[in-house]
Amino acid sequence: MRTRTAATGGMAAIAAITLAAVAACSSSASSSSSSSSASASGSGSSNPLSGGSSTSVVIGSANFPENELLATVYAQALQAKGVKVSTKLNIGAREVYYPQVEKGTISIIPEYNGTLLTVEVDKTSTAKTTADVDAALAAKLPSTLQVLNPAPAQDSDSITVTQATANKDHLKSIADLKPYAANMALGAPPEFKTRSDGIAGLKATYGLTFKSFVPLDESGPLTLAALQDGKVQAADVFTTTPQIVTDKLVSLADPKFNFAAQNVIPLVYKPAMNATIINTLNAVDAKLTTEALLQMDNAVITEHASYSTVAAGFLQAEGLS
Amino acid sequence: MSFFSYAWDWVTTSANWHGSDSIPQQILAHLGYCILPLLIAALIAIPAGVVIGHTGRGAAFVVNVANSWRAIPTLGLLILLAVYLGFSILTWLLPLVVLAIPPILINTYEGVAGVDPDVKDAARGMGMTSWKQVTRVELPIALPLVLVGLRTSAIFVVATATIAAYIGLGGLGRFIIDGLASNEYGPVAGGALLVVVLAVLVLALFAVLSRLVVPVGLRRQAKAQQD
Repeated sequence: MRTRTAATGGMAAIAAITLAAVAACSSSASSSSSSSSASASGSGSSNPLSGGSSTSVVIGSANFPENELLATVYAQALQAKGVKVSTKLNIGAREVYYPQVEKGTISIIPEYNGTLLTVEVDKTSTAKTTADVDAALAAKLPSTLQVLNPAPAQDSDSITVTQATANKDHLKSIADLKPYAANMALGAPPEFKTRSDGIAGLKATYGLTFKSFVPLDESGPLTLAALQDGKVQAADVFTTTPQIVTDKLVSLADPKFNFAAQNVIPLVYKPAMNATIINTLNAVDAKLTTEALLQMDNAVITEHASYSTVAAGFLQAEGLS
Repeated sequence: MSFFSYAWDWVTTSANWHGSDSIPQQILAHLGYCILPLLIAALIAIPAGVVIGHTGRGAAFVVNVANSWRAIPTLGLLILLAVYLGFSILTWLLPLVVLAIPPILINTYEGVAGVDPDVKDAARGMGMTSWKQVTRVELPIALPLVLVGLRTSAIFVVATATIAAYIGLGGLGRFIIDGLASNEYGPVAGGALLVVVLAVLVLALFAVLSRLVVPVGLRRQAKAQQD
């Protein structure tokens, strides 16, 4: 790669200047990142298949709506900064796309830090907080991979109750359930009974023992129906499930991290990065809260708005487009 | 390890036979989820089958509806009802009743409609009322087929009542679904084995039942035809 960069040095230099100008617009170009941008664009321009673009990245996504939406948000934000982007959405499960990012066929994919760590990178990790999980990721990721800044937005397990229950018992965090849990049925997927962050975790972390456990599905139609129906009074629901908006549910805060952090985080192929890309994605993540993501998920899943409309709306509202 | 060694190890672990949610409790719960739907299906399908078999009216329509009815996915119906009806007794009862009706209905109809016309004629000639023709002649002759229908439905229901576990209820499906969810193969294989054992017991029960209730003459006739 080094010799190729030298051979096409002229083009690389031009590309570097262009990039430096763009980076200057976004007002933070460090010397180390601009040199990495030069090598990235250099290798790009020497590749006859790259179409001679200055910088080109491939954004992938897993096969579920929220992930495709996040990939679209990243793609539009980068396009607004003049980065050439192509997308490969709806790829499949992590086992399929992860090796592709490791090889560089995909340069950016929206991930969730907790699952990324325990499913792909370090299965034995017990890190729970956002900081611990990100530190573990930084230490254990293969050399070609990197995670950028985590967004505050989390798509994690949560103990969720109806708005009516929350109002009646003044519930804000899982800890507030202490006086009430003994009279509540808890709905969750069957494995919650034996999972370390399941029944046992809630007892160890918050001292909660529920009246009964009702095995249902993974934050799916049965769990949500049981919660509405009053068959269960609390349930394990993912924090960005659109029904939280439409059915008026309240996800209780988890201040003691019974559930591991699941912040949205871009997993990237290091050699394809440059300062513009990194700064742009970090700026997007800084504005991406769970509430914002939940509203976007609701628009896409419940109201059937297109990914690009919803993504554009978010970026415009946050001044990122 | 094979399916059977997984299943055997789990079934023979004595801890699985004691306490709450143990094997005996779930077998009882499972039978509970089977008996009610079968009773209801029989109460609907046997009279309906007799009426259309005796009169011959609407036979093509009812049989076709009953057959196409078999295409309704039981699990899909269960989840649909859970979402739109909530979690009442109907949520699990209705899909199993829907599953159990067609075999009983069709076999009863075939049995009654297939009674030898000479026999029917004789019954009428003796001055029997319609009610007597049905209860004294046609239904007893149709009984072997009615039992076949009941047996088929019973096996369907025993095997399918596992879906009650999908909506948080008990029964042998609990072992299968929980085992799958937590990647434990023992309860999955063991639960499936117990369902098979229950189904075989149901077969045996119906063999005994048909010996007890089918008239001796009919059985002799059937045997003579076989030989």
